[in-house]
Amino acid sequence: MEKHNRSLVTRRALLTSALGGAAALTASAVPSRWAIAQAKPLKVGLMLPYSGTYAKLGENITYAIELHVAEKGGTLGGRAIEFVKLDDESKPEIAQQNAERLVKRDNVDVLIGTVHSGVQMGIHKVVRESGTLTIVANAGNNEITRSLCAKNVFRTSFTNWQPAYSMGLALAKKGVKTAAFVTWDYTAGQEMGAAFKEGLEKGGGRFAQLLTLSFPDTNFQPILAQIPSLGVDAVGAFFAGGGAIQFVKEYAAAQIKAPLCGPGFLTEGTLGAQGAAADGIETALHYGDGLDNPKNIAFLEAFKAKAGREADVYAVHGYDAAQLLAIGLEAAGGAIDDEAKLYAAMRGAKIDSPRGPISISASQNVVQNIYLRKVEGGKNKVVGVAAEALADPGTGCKLG
Amino acid sequence: MSIAIFLSQILNGLQYGLLLFLIASGLTLIFGVLGVINLAHGSLFMIGAYVAFLVVKASGSLWLALPACVVVGLALGALLERFLFRYFYNREHLDQVLVTFALILIFEELRSLLVGNDFHSVPVPAALDFSVPITAGFSYAAYRLVVIGVCLALAAALFWWIERTKMGAIVRAAAEKPEMVDVLGIDARRVHMTVFAVGAALALAAGGLAAPLTSVYPNMGDGLLIVSFVVVVIGGFGSVSGAFWAALLVGLIDTLGKAYGSAFSGAAAGGLAAALPAMSIYMVMILVLVLRPSGLFGGRS
Amino acid sequence: MIGRNRLLPQTSAGWAALAAGAVALALLPLFAPAYYVGLVTTAMIAAMLALSLHLLVGGAGLVSLGHGAFYGLAAYTVFLMSPEGAPRPIWQTLPAAMLVAGLAALVVGALSLRTKGFFFLMVTLACGQMIFAIFHDTRLGGGADGAYLAKPLLSMFGFTLDPLSLPRAERGWPVYYIALVQLTATYLALALLLRSLFGSVLEGIRVNESRMEAMGFNTGRYKLAAFVIAGVLAGAAGHMWSLYSGFVNPEVVGWRQSAEALLMILLGGIGALVGAVVGAFAFVALGEIAQMITSRQLLVEGLAILAAVVLLRDGFMGLKPPWRARSPRGGGRESALR
Repeated sequence: MEKHNRSLVTRRALLTSALGGAAALTASAVPSRWAIAQAKPLKVGLMLPYSGTYAKLGENITYAIELHVAEKGGTLGGRAIEFVKLDDESKPEIAQQNAERLVKRDNVDVLIGTVHSGVQMGIHKVVRESGTLTIVANAGNNEITRSLCAKNVFRTSFTNWQPAYSMGLALAKKGVKTAAFVTWDYTAGQEMGAAFKEGLEKGGGRFAQLLTLSFPDTNFQPILAQIPSLGVDAVGAFFAGGGAIQFVKEYAAAQIKAPLCGPGFLTEGTLGAQGAAADGIETALHYGDGLDNPKNIAFLEAFKAKAGREADVYAVHGYDAAQLLAIGLEAAGGAIDDEAKLYAAMRGAKIDSPRGPISISASQNVVQNIYLRKVEGGKNKVVGVAAEALADPGTGCKLG
Repeated sequence: MSIAIFLSQILNGLQYGLLLFLIASGLTLIFGVLGVINLAHGSLFMIGAYVAFLVVKASGSLWLALPACVVVGLALGALLERFLFRYFYNREHLDQVLVTFALILIFEELRSLLVGNDFHSVPVPAALDFSVPITAGFSYAAYRLVVIGVCLALAAALFWWIERTKMGAIVRAAAEKPEMVDVLGIDARRVHMTVFAVGAALALAAGGLAAPLTSVYPNMGDGLLIVSFVVVVIGGFGSVSGAFWAALLVGLIDTLGKAYGSAFSGAAAGGLAAALPAMSIYMVMILVLVLRPSGLFGGRS
Repeated sequence: MIGRNRLLPQTSAGWAALAAGAVALALLPLFAPAYYVGLVTTAMIAAMLALSLHLLVGGAGLVSLGHGAFYGLAAYTVFLMSPEGAPRPIWQTLPAAMLVAGLAALVVGALSLRTKGFFFLMVTLACGQMIFAIFHDTRLGGGADGAYLAKPLLSMFGFTLDPLSLPRAERGWPVYYIALVQLTATYLALALLLRSLFGSVLEGIRVNESRMEAMGFNTGRYKLAAFVIAGVLAGAAGHMWSLYSGFVNPEVVGWRQSAEALLMILLGGIGALVGAVVGAFAFVALGEIAQMITSRQLLVEGLAILAAVVLLRDGFMGLKPPWRARSPRGGGRESALR
């Protein structure tokens, strides 16, 4: 069992960037590039969970970011990259404090983070005021790139709206007349539920009911007992991690007739534990197994070599965050303060991502394909496209 | 809501209550006999779940996991008592609260160091991996029925130990009047260590039984900790039988409240009433404390 | 029993040290980087919470595990009055926050003070958990993820100070100095209170309640009064927190918040009022150091708490030379619970 505690990752990161920097120095023969490489390194703060429930996600995002920086020779836009890592423990109550440590105490030039939406809210408060370039590498709460959008905040992961809307839409297109949605009663769950309803109704279906339980309760039995009496054709669900494992297993054990589906997090990183209970479940997500574009094939191999485990959608988020940063820095020639060039380049970025081609919307969220996947042979096999180049509506955002 | 669904919720409430009982019984004995407030009891539950996970991973058999949990629990309880809690009997409750709070943090970090932070699933033994149909559209997992059975068996064993053995009698006496132990010339230290060991073993067993149901993940003991204290208060300190009935009561109130609460307060959990299911057990506890501090089912005040 | 309250400095040297500390705090922003100004602000807010709890624990001997709920309730009150985009002035939010916290303390106190010792601990915990459930399980306060609020406007007598209008390095100063003034006022108010007859009665209750009853005091009313005052002061601290952070979430009313407040008192020592302040600062410093040393933050915290409880029987304020004999029944502190 791999033991990826934080110090190991830190050493690896330093080693990688040091080697990369040394390689860049020795490999370049052009004097001007040599001169630029001598300049101050760019401090990239990584505020991610390295302990607690989401530690694995934090680690994967980190590996992927380091991978891309190494692929670029350790420098982006001519600047050597220095990582400053901070374990946010997925705790919203100390999120602001942690963000201020990175922004004010450590003076990072860029902040990449985080997984938990509540923590992201704390980060957002700090960076909106400080103006630090921020790339959201996972948290999906809609408002970050809607009513709370800011010109220095970009997101390369998803909004809760994107996969859930696509799932509802796909269901309706398949002929499902009525559906219900089950989730935790917190911001992510509420946003997913609302988006699912929107997509379903857009496709002509009828939304029966939103069933919720308190976060992070896993006592699903009362809800599962209510489902048969609803008489719906399908049930959508949003849970992640351990909650997803358990829900899928209990759903199967309850032998409910209506098929289970939902945003891809239901079966992401959980298939090994869910076993046969997950077979045949269809989900919608911006990534999946079997995507055979060359970038993905190369990425999967490189990630496995680096991290010693399979890449997942979270790793892709991190990888693309690094790609976006690279594009911006290259356009600005490494000058992080040149906001005009930096932001313009990032807003106009067209990135070749392992998940397919992506770009950035006016509200500075990622525009991407949402794939339909089916669980087959222990994998989330991509079987179709639920929505192509889907952009989040960005309602309430005053940018662009 | 149909009868069958109601029945299945009763079963759920019983199953949850019985697991609560295993945890609360240890807690009530520890407080009743030793006067120690052990906030780390939830962590013991977590440790039990992780032990089960590791045993299943190594040997593939859940049947081995339960005895392993009991053995580890006995050892861990004895060690904690001998090297830590022994020094805190005369200390104020404030100190005990904080020391056991520190233990929670330490256990979490040790777990993180040793096993990592992943969510892990513990597979139900193949022999039990089926469902018992209760109604045309709804089935109940066989393993849950087994959990109910095992908990009842453990409860019966505990009762037998307390009511019928000499050590059990001493513990009962000590729970009612701790001073009597010294007066009667019995080695108090052995009593204390036994109580702690048994209490810890029960908590670990509960974790091991629950592991296939809830999966294994960081901070999994948090939710149960406070509810266990509620059970102890409602049941009366030092009273194992009190803890039994109180645990069932709390389990049923909590489960039925969550199952039917939404029917009363509206489907979308929005209004203030959404908090009622979570609040209900606390309201019961406060009523008990204010009206009948010695507990609903006996025990000393 | 009557006489100088030992919670306050006993000598003029003690008062001088206190004054020196206050001056140091007043001058800090001029020398320290912006990050540390913010950090010390959080320490002062924590100190205000710890002081309010100290009135209960050190003053009246009531160990409550639900005190954080009043702190958080005040912050949520500010959120409800002053949500994002619609700020209210501070002269409205502060009294409102303190009032709500005080009312809640009145209700909780009336209920919980019927019990003593461990039962009191459990009832206060349960009440705190119920308040937590209200904010965690409903949409009232933005649910489990929390919500932004608009920081109350710093306006008085028609004059408004907007921190964003200051140069970046000085933006944290207005909140810092408001916190400092509030902290000083809280300390002085408590000091006065403890010196008065009220304080003496509380101490009498802590030492031997039945004796006070026999002397004719209505101990229940005194305890309730102390509980409400402590609640109001915790509310003031919670208001300060919302002013500093602009963000609320349910953990701020959770039991861990209450446990941390108890820990601060332990670190500082129950014997002295200023111990609450010292303990709060020590707690914040400990967290900061732990964060810098290692990724295993919680482990360091846990071990430090263990060490503190085992070694610092009277907190930092009561560090005695190790060769002083200790009495078998719990050292320098008298048992707060019977």
